[in-house]
Amino acid sequence: MPRLTDTVAGHAPAIALMGIDKRFGEVRANSNVNLTVASGSVHGIVGENGAGKSTLMSILYGFYEADRGTIHIHGNEVRIRSPKEAIAVGIGMVHQHFMLVEPLSVIDNVMLGAEGGAILAKGEAQMRSALAQLAETYGLVIDPDAIVGDLPVGLQQRVEILKALVRGADILILDEPTAVLTPDEAEQLFVLLRTLAAQGKTVILITHKLNEIMAVTDHVSVMRRGEMVATLTTAETSPAQLADQMVGRHVLLDVSKGPAKLGPVRLSVEHLVIRDAHSSLRVKDVSFDIRAGEILGLAGVAGNGQSELLEALAGIITPTLGSITLDGLDLITLAPTPAERRENGVLHIPEDRQRMGLVPAFSAAESMILGFQSDHAFGTGPLLSTAAIQTHTAKEMDLYDIRPRDASLKTAKFSGGNQQKIVLAREIEHHPKVLLVGQPTRGVDVGAIEFIHKRLIALRDAGVAILLVSVELDEIMSLSDRIIVMCGGVITGERTPETTNDRDLGLLMAGVTERAA
Amino acid sequence: MSTPIELPKWADVSLVPILAVIVAFLVAGLVVLGIGENPVKATVLLIQGALGSGEGIGYTLYYATNFIFTGLAVAIAFHAGLFNIGGEGQATMGGLGAALICLNLDFLPWYIVLPLAILGAMAMGALWAFIPGYLQVKRGSHVVITAIMFNFLAATLVVYLLVNVIGKPGSMSPETRVFAASAHLPYMHEALAYFGIKIPKSPLNFSFVLALLASAFVWITVWHTKLGYAIRTVGHSPTAATYAGISIGRITLITMAMSGALAGMLAVNEILGVQGRLLLEFSSGYGFIGIAVALMGRAHPVGIILASILFGMLYQGGTELSFEMPRVTRDMIVAISGLVILFAGALDGLIRRPVAGVFARFLKSGA
Amino acid sequence: MSGMEIYATLIAILESGLRLCVPLVFACLAGLWSERSGVVDIGLEGKMLVAAFASAAAAGATNSALIGLGAGIIASIGFALIHGFAAISQRGIQIVSGVAINMLAAGLTALVGNAWYNQGGRTTPLEGNARFQPLVWPGAEAIDQTPIIGPIYAHLISGHSALAYCALAATILSGFVLRRTRFGLRIRAVGENPAAVDTAGVSVTRLRYSAVIIAGVLCGFAGSYLALGQAAGFLTNMTAGKGFIALAALIFAKWRAWPALWACFVFGLLDAVAIRLQGVMVPGIGQIPVQAIQALPYLMTVILLAGFIGKAIPPKASGLPYVKER
Repeated sequence: MPRLTDTVAGHAPAIALMGIDKRFGEVRANSNVNLTVASGSVHGIVGENGAGKSTLMSILYGFYEADRGTIHIHGNEVRIRSPKEAIAVGIGMVHQHFMLVEPLSVIDNVMLGAEGGAILAKGEAQMRSALAQLAETYGLVIDPDAIVGDLPVGLQQRVEILKALVRGADILILDEPTAVLTPDEAEQLFVLLRTLAAQGKTVILITHKLNEIMAVTDHVSVMRRGEMVATLTTAETSPAQLADQMVGRHVLLDVSKGPAKLGPVRLSVEHLVIRDAHSSLRVKDVSFDIRAGEILGLAGVAGNGQSELLEALAGIITPTLGSITLDGLDLITLAPTPAERRENGVLHIPEDRQRMGLVPAFSAAESMILGFQSDHAFGTGPLLSTAAIQTHTAKEMDLYDIRPRDASLKTAKFSGGNQQKIVLAREIEHHPKVLLVGQPTRGVDVGAIEFIHKRLIALRDAGVAILLVSVELDEIMSLSDRIIVMCGGVITGERTPETTNDRDLGLLMAGVTERAA
Repeated sequence: MSTPIELPKWADVSLVPILAVIVAFLVAGLVVLGIGENPVKATVLLIQGALGSGEGIGYTLYYATNFIFTGLAVAIAFHAGLFNIGGEGQATMGGLGAALICLNLDFLPWYIVLPLAILGAMAMGALWAFIPGYLQVKRGSHVVITAIMFNFLAATLVVYLLVNVIGKPGSMSPETRVFAASAHLPYMHEALAYFGIKIPKSPLNFSFVLALLASAFVWITVWHTKLGYAIRTVGHSPTAATYAGISIGRITLITMAMSGALAGMLAVNEILGVQGRLLLEFSSGYGFIGIAVALMGRAHPVGIILASILFGMLYQGGTELSFEMPRVTRDMIVAISGLVILFAGALDGLIRRPVAGVFARFLKSGA
Repeated sequence: MSGMEIYATLIAILESGLRLCVPLVFACLAGLWSERSGVVDIGLEGKMLVAAFASAAAAGATNSALIGLGAGIIASIGFALIHGFAAISQRGIQIVSGVAINMLAAGLTALVGNAWYNQGGRTTPLEGNARFQPLVWPGAEAIDQTPIIGPIYAHLISGHSALAYCALAATILSGFVLRRTRFGLRIRAVGENPAAVDTAGVSVTRLRYSAVIIAGVLCGFAGSYLALGQAAGFLTNMTAGKGFIALAALIFAKWRAWPALWACFVFGLLDAVAIRLQGVMVPGIGQIPVQAIQALPYLMTVILLAGFIGKAIPPKASGLPYVKER
């Protein structure tokens, strides 16, 4: 297949972004981002979650306006203030969550916003022939009268692509398009993307899957923490190099820990299969053990089944198949609910403390008892003793250095680090046998990170079995006694920190199972 | 809301609702002006009517009793993130519950029949709220729409029963016979006279004490029990509730039942306290005004008592006002309630935003 | 009763059912437009009530039913815009706003009605040009005596006020616009997934405001029909829950225009039957409890919503304010 390299002489690049800045409050989502995309190429953008890829594309599609910076499309400077203006300059976008109206037919969805007249019938005839044309050119066959909600996900995505194409898009942005596809469907999509590029369309593919980048793109740009760190020609790079760039060198944290004193197997997970609410498969046949006195690190790019795994272990969601046993006790049948898991010593620091781990509108003292609200220590019988929970919280605040030391302050008013310490204190002080930890240092300042890490080590030394789920490789590397990596809902490998490195883990995270380096 | 509007707590619980009420009154004042009356004079007459005499105060508190019950009913549901629009129907059914006990058991002494009648009112009110809650939890139908339908169902059911089953034989008007004296809650002027305290005669009865007890009960339940903690967790963050092992369905059912029981207690004031028989439409919109009361009182019992007294004043003062100024009828109060619901509820941001702006500027200049 | 008498009774009930269903149809279509766009509207009742009052007042003052209708529509749109502002621009809770609209309307119309007319909330009785008179179709009187088809033509087809025919026209128009036009497609889409509309370059806010205003216009018709067609002037709380019956009919119609017409007709007919049976002894059964018939629409709605018979699923985004997300 012919690959168009760099800018063809005399042709302006399809897209040139210069010095794009975008802030959301305190968060700098994009800082001074430059990006050039050659016309007629497939250009990949990789980066971890939160690296700023989606924000950048939303700016390009007019969902947000950049605080600073310029956008050139085919050499002309443009201002894109709304999706309408993006469509007008020939940009089409396939969102990760489809922008489809499920009860409507394919033709209605495609026509929405491009109806071609006040009466549908007129534009509809034209649209049908346009669809037929596209079916012929790109093999995008679809029944225009099918109801979108009845179609499989792969075909729904096809509708999204058709929506962009019939509007005359010559730049197509796809945001994590394979997240919802089967491998077969993904393969078909890649063929389509190459065809589109061959016909002169420009394709931007946002993904965190390195194998996709290698398979389909001409060029690849890497984003990290809101910045564009590299733009490379795909043929001249390797997954290992990309993984390196994606993960980057974080501040190295010095965590001193002695050798693990391993006890017996505490938690045993066997052949676990989890489907989400839409019954798509999130975790596929996962098995592992955690021993007392061990930190098992679970690495992976966010969205590869770790969240579902954590919630299943905590009793929040029910797995479809498989078993979870704690010291030989079958937790799925004998302690199915979060409350029963807690009673059995399976405690949980959730990934999203704002939505799960705390109630932002509650006082610190009230958040400090979330999940333990029925505990006798906090009130006799049906009563809840404010004094008891205040005293308890004051004590924990001292122990965990939570600032400000104000048990009645609203939880939302605490900094991220102090909020996390509230969760940490609450779970640790209730004597876990097994502690499930999700993203313990996300949005947490450096001082608190060190504190949290030390606490986790101390807990491990006290014989607790800890499952640490994190997207921060440094954290995984410095805390874990053993590491497993998940990608696409399966465990792609198991390592120990001594026998692996970031690059090796990055490859496993990308689903490349051959041992590198 | 995309960006929560941050305010100091005291401003949130007092300043914002007070401003909402002021705006509502200003609009109402314009209406009074529009129908050719003097709003200032109307206000003076209203306050005199409500508080100018012992009898007026008695009436004010009697009306306030109704609002406390329905306001608490709406408020406790708010805490669980539920909107109980069915107070009217629950109160109607509460009346039926009380009446069924009284009609059948009022030969018994008061200390048996009255508690039973009160429980009957609470149980029927609770049932009428529990069913919409159950249908939401188990069948996925929206509690608001079901509750609206249940308002009408309660009304038609009670009409049917009064006309065909429990109505006074030989009477043309759809109402039951008058209950025996043992099934009457004592009036406050009677009760206090027993202790040698003389107050003017008014419909104010022992229900007012029950309303204060109910307020205390709601306050304790919501903020000082494990159940209340679960209710508030569900209301603020269903995801956190799930994490904490709190069953959202169970809390929905319990909260709806409590809410309905409180609304049902409206019947205790009206039927057991004043009318002494079941008749049609005794709930006369108190259930809906409870929404205004709860919004204004920021769903806190103290706020609700204060808001109820305000609405009690409006009702009583409004009645007096309509004698003095026949053009300003008591319908004014319904309109004011609507305005309060609008400004303290649906258009909350309209008041909150400027207040937050003033605070932000104030803090900046202060720093 | 002879066969002829039974037939005459049947025609009379159908005729009365038709009259009673007219305001329901307008209100139901109003709810349809609003909810299809994603704005839940439990304020149909209030909008009908202000429209009834404004139309009666204006018609009385000008002796013109048409001006009355215009005033009713304007008043109703005014209230619709309050709801729209709260629901769309302020992203307030739509149910709360609906309750407020209903109470405001009930209070204001009674208050102002009493102040202006001094008749306990009634307006001055309207007659002649101030009302919408029944339109008698050519030959209706002549054919009335013809068996079977005579009464059908004279009482069911002919003889309704212009607004009744407008209700039919509104159904046809609503069905057509929703189904076959650009605007209709966008409304259908915005109530299901506003983000899809937004990313297609169409303004969610403008669409929803349009729908809310259409709802206002239709409630204006509904209220005007009550005051200028069915009755001869305004009475306090003359809507008497019709706005909620319309809401029930909307659920029954599963948010579609033609089924809305049928659902309203059935509910109107039930009402007519209930009125007819008031105090009537039916041989072999005795007195049929009128309340049981009156309760049917509410009861059936509850059962339908709970999915015990079929399933009524509202537009997915109805009741939710649209917030752009990353």
